[in-house]
Amino acid sequence: MNFFNILDVIEKIDADAYERVERESRRYFFNRVSSKVAALAGPAILASVVTKTYAQTSDAIDVLKFALTLEYLEDEYYKMGNMVADSLMVGDYAKYKPVFAQIGKHETQHVKYLEAALGAQPKPTFDFTVGGAYDPFHNFDNFVFLSHAFEDTGVRAYKGQADRLMAVADKPYLQVALQIHSVEARHASISRRILGAIRNKPAIKGWITNDEGSPAAVYQGEFSEATVVQGGVNIIGLDGLDGIPTGDTLFKAASEAFDEILTKKEATDIAMLFFKK
Amino acid sequence: MKEFLQGNGGPMLDKVNRRYFLRSAGVAASAGALIMGCTLEDHNIGDQAVDLGTGDIGILNYAYALEQLEAAFYTQVMMTPYVGMSMEEKTILTDIMYHEVIHRQFFKAALGGAAIKGLTPNFAGIDFLKRDDVLKYAKIFEDTGVAAYNGAGNLITNPGYLLIAGKIVSVEARHASAIRDLISPNSALFAGDDVVDINGLDGALPPSAVLMAVAPFVKDKIDGSHLPS
Repeated sequence: MNFFNILDVIEKIDADAYERVERESRRYFFNRVSSKVAALAGPAILASVVTKTYAQTSDAIDVLKFALTLEYLEDEYYKMGNMVADSLMVGDYAKYKPVFAQIGKHETQHVKYLEAALGAQPKPTFDFTVGGAYDPFHNFDNFVFLSHAFEDTGVRAYKGQADRLMAVADKPYLQVALQIHSVEARHASISRRILGAIRNKPAIKGWITNDEGSPAAVYQGEFSEATVVQGGVNIIGLDGLDGIPTGDTLFKAASEAFDEILTKKEATDIAMLFFKK
Repeated sequence: MKEFLQGNGGPMLDKVNRRYFLRSAGVAASAGALIMGCTLEDHNIGDQAVDLGTGDIGILNYAYALEQLEAAFYTQVMMTPYVGMSMEEKTILTDIMYHEVIHRQFFKAALGGAAIKGLTPNFAGIDFLKRDDVLKYAKIFEDTGVAAYNGAGNLITNPGYLLIAGKIVSVEARHASAIRDLISPNSALFAGDDVVDINGLDGALPPSAVLMAVAPFVKDKIDGSHLPS
């Protein structure tokens, strides 16, 4: 593991979960598994323990089902995109393969994790061409374009559900949702930067400037990405913004510094564009 | 706990069988803090510690402390740009500096009279003229920031504050991804297996662990012992 030692794996789940691990699998965990193997197996074991023993609120189940739908979409998209032969994709596909392989790996992991919590759910049939409007599995520009839209949608959609996971019984899911959320943001950042690179548009950066971006529904909506007032604080009027030129630069930076939410309906409407009609 | 951290815990812990220790400690978060407490030096013991406070305000001050550190780091990066900084790198690092300064001033304004003082960074070990050094520490700060916000979510009681944390953490994760990609372009490192686990989950650390990790970079001693856990 990255940070310090196996304990960090355990820390990813809260203290109560640890109590249950103790009760249910301590013997297996510490007696029969070497610490190195346990470090790898830990999250999976812990996840199953959490799943079995936590009471979930109906809100949490609803959020997780919504999340799983988005993950099904992303998972299938990258599975299809990542298996395309180099010769069949127009553009710089080969150069960026390690990036999209890593993104696809995470989406598969997210699906498995959420299915472990919920059981498999009805999976929509997708049409990533949207009736022929896009050709993402032959045109790398299209592939990256939809990728960045899915990732930014994912970031904003997870964020919009966080406050529905605040019940005590749902605490493990709040943390997991946050942990998925920031992985989606890592994906979004690099996918956006690749889009900027292949289109030679430096204005497309890893972060969202104002509400720029396409499709517009991904960046606008009830809580537009162009927001510069946060928690009642007007960012533009703050003291001490040392080194930031005022005017357009400050407006852009203020909008970039905070990501905004999509409502569940807004995110669902975006996802449904890619359901087979 | 605090006395234990600052006391002679190391040798004692060395003797404690890990399995026994885990069982007896019970609370995973404090177990992690104790272990790490033995591996990091204590700083400025005896100085007046900066108390982050309690409850949601404490968590906001905790975020304010981390944002102060990040803002100071990138301000220094752009004041003394490393040799060979490309245009793309300059744009990215300047943008990140802007974002972190905004986060810092946002928390300061939002906390008002409850805000902790301005902290004094300690970047003595960082060679700001070397690209490798700057990107290495930028990666550490961004990954730690992401894990800090992810680990603090459950400690927040006000939904509005949770939303603010969510709005910031994804931007920190965007930074982490870009910095990592500068280190190893077009590879898996932007969300590498060193930071994303086998369930596809990013890091999450409790304040105790994060404060230990950042202690070497702050001259002030930060007291997070009254934070919720």
